[in-house]
Amino acid sequence: MKRDSVLLLAVVLVALVSLAGCSGMRGDPKLEAAGTQNVPGAQSDIHVVSPVSSGQWLTPEGDLAGTRFSTLDQINTGNVKNLHVVNEMTTGIPHGHEGGPLVVNSTMYVVTPYPNILIALDLSQPHGPVKWKFDPHADPRAVGVACCDVVNRGASYGDGKIVYTTLDDQTIAVDANSGKEVWRTKVGDPNLGETITSAPLIVKNHVYVGNAGGELGVRGKMVALDLGSGKEVWRAYNTGPDKDVLIGSDFKPFYKKDQGKDLGAATWPPDQWKLGGSTIWGWITYDPELNQIYYGTGNPGAWNPDLRPGDNKWSLSVIARDPDTGQAKWAYQFTPHDEWDYDEIMENIAVDMNWHGQPRKLLIHPARNGFVFVLDRQSGELLSAEIFEKSTNWASGYDLHTGLPHKVPEKATHQGKITENICPSSTGGKEFVPSSLSPRTGLLYIPAHNTCMNYQALQANYISGTPYLGASVKMFPGPGGFQGELVAWDVKNAKPAWSVKEEKFPVYSGVLSTAGDVVFYGTMDGWFKAVDARTGAPLWQYKTASGIIGNPMTFTGPDGKQYVAVYAGIGGWMGAVAFPSLSTDDPYAALGVVGAMKEIKNYSAPGGMLYVFGL
Amino acid sequence: MCSASRILALIASAGLSLAALRAADLRICADPNNLPFSNQQQQGFDNQIAKLIAADLGKGVTYVWAPERGESFVRKTLLARRCDVLMGVPSAYRDALTSEPYYRSTYVFLWRRDRNLQIRSLNDPALHKLRIGVHVVSDDASNLPPAQALANRGLFRNMVPYSIYGDQSKPNPPATLIDAVAQGKLDLAIAWGPLAGFFAQREAAPLAMVPVSPQVDRPFLPFTFSLSIGVRPSDKNLLRSINRALEHHRNEIHKILESYGVPLLDADLRAGNRPSRY
Repeated sequence: MKRDSVLLLAVVLVALVSLAGCSGMRGDPKLEAAGTQNVPGAQSDIHVVSPVSSGQWLTPEGDLAGTRFSTLDQINTGNVKNLHVVNEMTTGIPHGHEGGPLVVNSTMYVVTPYPNILIALDLSQPHGPVKWKFDPHADPRAVGVACCDVVNRGASYGDGKIVYTTLDDQTIAVDANSGKEVWRTKVGDPNLGETITSAPLIVKNHVYVGNAGGELGVRGKMVALDLGSGKEVWRAYNTGPDKDVLIGSDFKPFYKKDQGKDLGAATWPPDQWKLGGSTIWGWITYDPELNQIYYGTGNPGAWNPDLRPGDNKWSLSVIARDPDTGQAKWAYQFTPHDEWDYDEIMENIAVDMNWHGQPRKLLIHPARNGFVFVLDRQSGELLSAEIFEKSTNWASGYDLHTGLPHKVPEKATHQGKITENICPSSTGGKEFVPSSLSPRTGLLYIPAHNTCMNYQALQANYISGTPYLGASVKMFPGPGGFQGELVAWDVKNAKPAWSVKEEKFPVYSGVLSTAGDVVFYGTMDGWFKAVDARTGAPLWQYKTASGIIGNPMTFTGPDGKQYVAVYAGIGGWMGAVAFPSLSTDDPYAALGVVGAMKEIKNYSAPGGMLYVFGL
Repeated sequence: MCSASRILALIASAGLSLAALRAADLRICADPNNLPFSNQQQQGFDNQIAKLIAADLGKGVTYVWAPERGESFVRKTLLARRCDVLMGVPSAYRDALTSEPYYRSTYVFLWRRDRNLQIRSLNDPALHKLRIGVHVVSDDASNLPPAQALANRGLFRNMVPYSIYGDQSKPNPPATLIDAVAQGKLDLAIAWGPLAGFFAQREAAPLAMVPVSPQVDRPFLPFTFSLSIGVRPSDKNLLRSINRALEHHRNEIHKILESYGVPLLDADLRAGNRPSRY
């Protein structure tokens, strides 16, 4: 009895503290408690639309709008050089460790690559011992279906639950305190080639999950689940007739090219949309001002463009939806009729900012195709599309009146045709790894690649006993003597402010920026780096045990001190070249990335490690 | 004396390890659900041929079942040393060392006899009026030759795509295409010969099957392929033994393939002819 009343008192106190943390925004008090919209030192015309991280880290991107910015400033440009490892842990898994930890109160949560173990670490104890581990018993048959390593991109927190997805297409909610399963829902089928590698996003009482498997002819889809029960609320496909895509009277795309009936079917040869890919294996963001979710879609299937004349909607698009009904509000296709595998599942960052002197509601999408897109997230109008990775040459620019790219005809691809020196390569001017936007500097920090490719002569290939001659793709470092780059993009002026070049490998890690004006990122040869957010000057670096393809995050520990955490563990599409099983003799292997990555074996071996750094 | 005994011991241990190697099974990675090539009940022709070859090497067969999915299959199986042998690898395949070809087949046109079609060529104008089913691959910059040939001719409204991967929860997913012909859902299919030949035998409706012509479509799209046994690039000795075993059993291999309805080119293997590699 006595214990119960103490508990009740505690609950009331927590509720009061949560309410006190509210910054006047409507909506869920738990979200307000997670962050703040008051960013000290923010440029006067830049307003974050959703509370940014300020101690805890509850979503894959730190906040709902995707800034990956934290107001923590104990670690700053003056003292970051004193950072050292305060805790490290191996996962024992020799696969790519993408994504990053969550921190809720005094517990850190990480998801491993397949077998997708969820690990809770108790930050209130010295060296953060394991509190519990949750094993979802994911179906091993899904491993054979995954296209590019058995990765996972993290979890989301909401309503006392950690929610994440498994390679075999389950979404699972686990009690954040006890580590006990609350519900699990199957949202796809590995038998059909579907896997899930992305992190879900929780908004209000819904969980949003997208599928992967565009390489195996699946149909991309977004599924909304009820956070309390796991029951499906709505699902929207990215190909097919309007009723499947949840396109109705709310749908008002800005450009003519995106207007019309049943474009998800009509822009394909008959039936091809049924195998049309266009999956969602990247990031989902939310904008509480307009009550819209945003996500990008992947490559159309089949990969070979000869088979699918037409725009192939809604591949390579950003789609805005009502999170409650799932109804599409607008869509914009970045690259009609993909010829280069330019998935656009990258982050879409929502921020309010002056644009040519006028306050605008912006959506910023640094794209695989080498351009930074700035859209009006209310109307879907393209305000700017400028090249951030100089070597980009498949298109010379975008027409803001039509929303269409000026494609360069010599860079078109066809089976049997040799097309040389296409930039960027299929792995993109950037990959899925998320950039970061600092409201203090107005800069977007983009983890960029300078990798190009040739579509080359045909070679013998086979599938399931059935032989054919396939085009081979070979990737290689682009011009300029570097293959990776952290680009600080001046959003307002649509041009780079500065960049840090990485000679050997693409930058394949996410980026974090903080109110201490420090930007963190990792390299594939295992350096975790801090640079000055205003100048790019190197401030600190630490050599981790394996290459970094995860996303750094920061939090306040129970001791009131700021920490920075990141996964190391080489793998993923490009990083899989580090695996002992992958020979570097053939530059065309691993869908062509070996040509660009053959040196990685000399710099990094696989093996997952979690690092926590403090002053 | 000392050195002689050491040599003897070396020879003995070498002999022992050789014996151990002999005794060890041939480890084969294969798809558990992919007739007529292989399945977990070992009912495929590649299962039977593998048994012949292994017996010739004085070995049994151990299977590592691995559903075959895309580009990484060879890397995840053979190159990851989960097994030593892959059956049914194109003879010109680059990521593995390939044996002498053990058969050569062709893509075929397939239709219900009661349709009274007379399709011989990809250039037949009749194709413009038919619903034509083809297997497609999603994860490669190119595609299976029938899909590509139709695309090159602009026959998109005629093409009905079937994922070669299909639904893995059903038996032999590629069979869906052949079933669709038998069920009258398609006028015509263009399929890899071994699939078409095997499943056509099992359909209730009689099906007609004709090799695709031309054998090499423009600009360079071959419809005929030779198939080999693949080993890791470093396993040259194993490859030599396999090549010898293939020579010993050409007749039996031919009979097995015929019994599965596989359309064979260079068919006079019994006379000792080898299929050409390319």
